[in-house]
Amino acid sequence: MSRSDAEGAAAASAGRQTNAPVPVPLTPARGAGAGAGRPSAGWALMASELSVLFRRKRTVVMLLALALIPVLVAVAVRVSSAGSSGRGPAFIGQISENGLFVALVALTICIPLFLPLTVGVVAGDTIAGEASLGTLRYLLVSPVGRVRLLVVKFVAAVAFCLAATLVVVVAGVLIGAALFRVGPVTLLSGDTIGVGDSLLRALLIAGYVTVSLLGLSAIGLFISTLTDVPVGAMAATVVISIVAQVLDSLDQLSWLHPWLFSHYWLSFADLLRQPIEWSSFGSNALLQLGYVVVFGALAYGRFASKDVLS
Amino acid sequence: MSDTALAIRTDGLTKVFGKQTVVNGIDLAVPRGSVFGFLGPNGSGKTTSIRMLLGLATATSGEISLLGQKMPERAAGVLPRVGALIEGPGFYPFLSGTANLMRLDSADRFASGATRRRRVSEALERVGLTHAAGKKVHAYSLGMKQRLGIANALLTPRELIVLDEPTNGLDPQGTREVRNLVRSLTDEGTTVFVSSHLLAEIEQMCTHAAVMRAGSLVAQGGLDELRQAGQARVRLLTPDAAAARQVFASLGLEPGHPEPGAGGSNAAIDRFLPPGAGAGAGAGGDAGAGAAAEAGAGARDAVRHVADGETVSAPLPDEGMLAPDAIVAALVASGVRVRGFAVERATLEDLFVALTGEGFDVAQ
Repeated sequence: MSRSDAEGAAAASAGRQTNAPVPVPLTPARGAGAGAGRPSAGWALMASELSVLFRRKRTVVMLLALALIPVLVAVAVRVSSAGSSGRGPAFIGQISENGLFVALVALTICIPLFLPLTVGVVAGDTIAGEASLGTLRYLLVSPVGRVRLLVVKFVAAVAFCLAATLVVVVAGVLIGAALFRVGPVTLLSGDTIGVGDSLLRALLIAGYVTVSLLGLSAIGLFISTLTDVPVGAMAATVVISIVAQVLDSLDQLSWLHPWLFSHYWLSFADLLRQPIEWSSFGSNALLQLGYVVVFGALAYGRFASKDVLS
Repeated sequence: MSDTALAIRTDGLTKVFGKQTVVNGIDLAVPRGSVFGFLGPNGSGKTTSIRMLLGLATATSGEISLLGQKMPERAAGVLPRVGALIEGPGFYPFLSGTANLMRLDSADRFASGATRRRRVSEALERVGLTHAAGKKVHAYSLGMKQRLGIANALLTPRELIVLDEPTNGLDPQGTREVRNLVRSLTDEGTTVFVSSHLLAEIEQMCTHAAVMRAGSLVAQGGLDELRQAGQARVRLLTPDAAAARQVFASLGLEPGHPEPGAGGSNAAIDRFLPPGAGAGAGAGGDAGAGAAAEAGAGARDAVRHVADGETVSAPLPDEGMLAPDAIVAALVASGVRVRGFAVERATLEDLFVALTGEGFDVAQ
C-alpha cells in the first residue's frame, strides 16, 4: 500500500470523526483527557493561518506596494493633466474625467507583473516556507493531516489574491475620488451607470481578477511541495506566470492560448457592458478551476507521500 | 509484552534512502511509564527512526505501533496524545513565543480553543519562559528556543513525549531543569522517549535504554539490566604481582582476564554485544601487558601508580560468593602488600563505547 493510500484512509477516518465520537482508546488514557472528546472542525488552524499571513510584515509590505500603484498612476495623471496622448493602457485618458477609472487602470497595470509577483511569493511560500522554518514537522505531528494543511494553505493563498486585488481597487477608488471628479460612468456598451453601480462593477472586476489568479496559486502550491527552499518556489511560480504570458502573445501558438492560465487575465472588459457579458467570466472560471484541480492533485500526490526531513 | 503495555513498538522497522539503509530492521519495545533513552552516535539513524514513529517519513518496511495504534494509518487519533520535540525547535521567528504556541496548538483539533491561552501560559511557565513569552522568537537564544520546543510538547496532557536531543544548546542549569521536567512527567504517568548522544544525560534520567549503531539496534533493555552486562572487576595495586596472581587463582579468580566485553565466557554481556564488538579489547592480559590492557581511566591509573607496583585485575564472577574484604584478607595472609584495592563496575560508558565503537560522541 502506498503512502497516499494510507493518508487517504487516515483522512477519511479523520473526516468520520468530526461527526462521530472518537473510538475509545484500547488502553486507559493516563494523561487527563488528551485524545478524548470530539475533534473540532479545524477552523482554528484556518484562522491562525490567515492571521499569520496577514500580520506578517512581508505581506503587509506587499499590499502597501500594491496600494501605491494606483496612487502613482493618479498622481502622474494629475500632474501631467494636459491630457492624454493616446498612449498607455486603455481608459488612462478617462481618469481626468472620472476618478473611478484610476482603479481600473491600476488593476490593468498590476495584472501582468505585480499581482503575479505577490501571489507567487505567497503561494510559493506555503509549504516550502514551513519546511524551511522547521515548523512543517511540528504542524504535521500536531497533527494536521497533510490534505488539510494543503487545503488551509490554498485557501489562505486565495484570501491573499482577493486582498491584493481589493487593495488595488479600493486604493484606486479612494485616490481617484480625492484627486479627480467622480460621476456617472459610461460603459463600453454606451450605457451610463451611477456611482453606486460603478463601485459594484469595480468589486465585480476585483472578483474576476481574484478568480484569474487561482490557477497561479495552485501552481505555486504544487511547486512549494517540491522544495524546502521557499525563494526557489516563489521565483519558479513568478517565472511560470511570465512564460505563460509570453506564450499567450505569440500568434504561432494560438492553439495553446485557450489553455494558458493567463489567457483571460485582461478580459474583464466584458464586465463593463450593459447587460453584463458573463461568457468570458465563465470560461475564465472554468479554466482556473481546471488548473486548481490538476495542480491541487499534483500537490496532493507529491505532498501526501513526501518524507518530511526538513 | 503485549501491545497495550508498550508505548512504542516497532517490528523490523527499516528505512532505505536510495542505496543507503539508514535504519535497518529495528525492533523497539518501549514500556509504558518508562523513561526510555535512545542512544547512538550522530548519524546512527535515531532521528530517522523518530520521524518514522511520528509519521513524518514512511518506513520502507516494518510495522510501527504507537500507544497501541498502528502508524501511520491511525495518526489522526494517536498523535494528539503524543508530544514531540524533533531535531531541534522549529518556530516562526516573526511571532512571539506565545503566538507560536497558540498557532501550533490550534493545529491540534483535539485541543480546546477555550483553554488555549491558559494552557500556553502554563506550558511557558513550566519551561521557565514566562518572562520572554511576548518576545519575538528571532530574539530567543538557542536554549530558549529549545525550551519553547519542549513547551510545545507539553501543551496538552500527553501519554507519550518524544524528545529528540532535548538538552541541545542548554546550559548546565537548563539541562538539569529538563531532567527535573522529565521526572515530573513520569510522575504523572507519561512515557518519555529521549534520544541523545549524551550518556550522562541518559544515565541520570532513564529507566530503559536502547543503543543504535549504523542503523541497527545493538542493545535494548532496562538500565539496570544493561549495567549488569558490565561485569564487576577487582583491581589490586601491589609490588608483589606474582604472589597476588597465585592468591587470585586460589580464590577462583582469573587474573589478567581481558577487559569486560571481550571474553566469551560471560553470557550476560554477549547478549548485549554485536558479534565482534569486543574483539579489539581481547588482546593482552598477561603479566607485563596487564596494566596496558586496561582501557580508559584504568590505563591512566595504571600509569600513575606504576611506581607503587603493578596492577593486577580480575573479573569478579559473582559478588555474593566472594566478599571483597575476604579477598584482601587472603592477600594479606599470603604476604602480598596491598597498596590499592577496588571493586569496579564497568560504566554504561564503557559498555556503550564497546557497543558503538570509537566514533561515539561521548565527550560532547
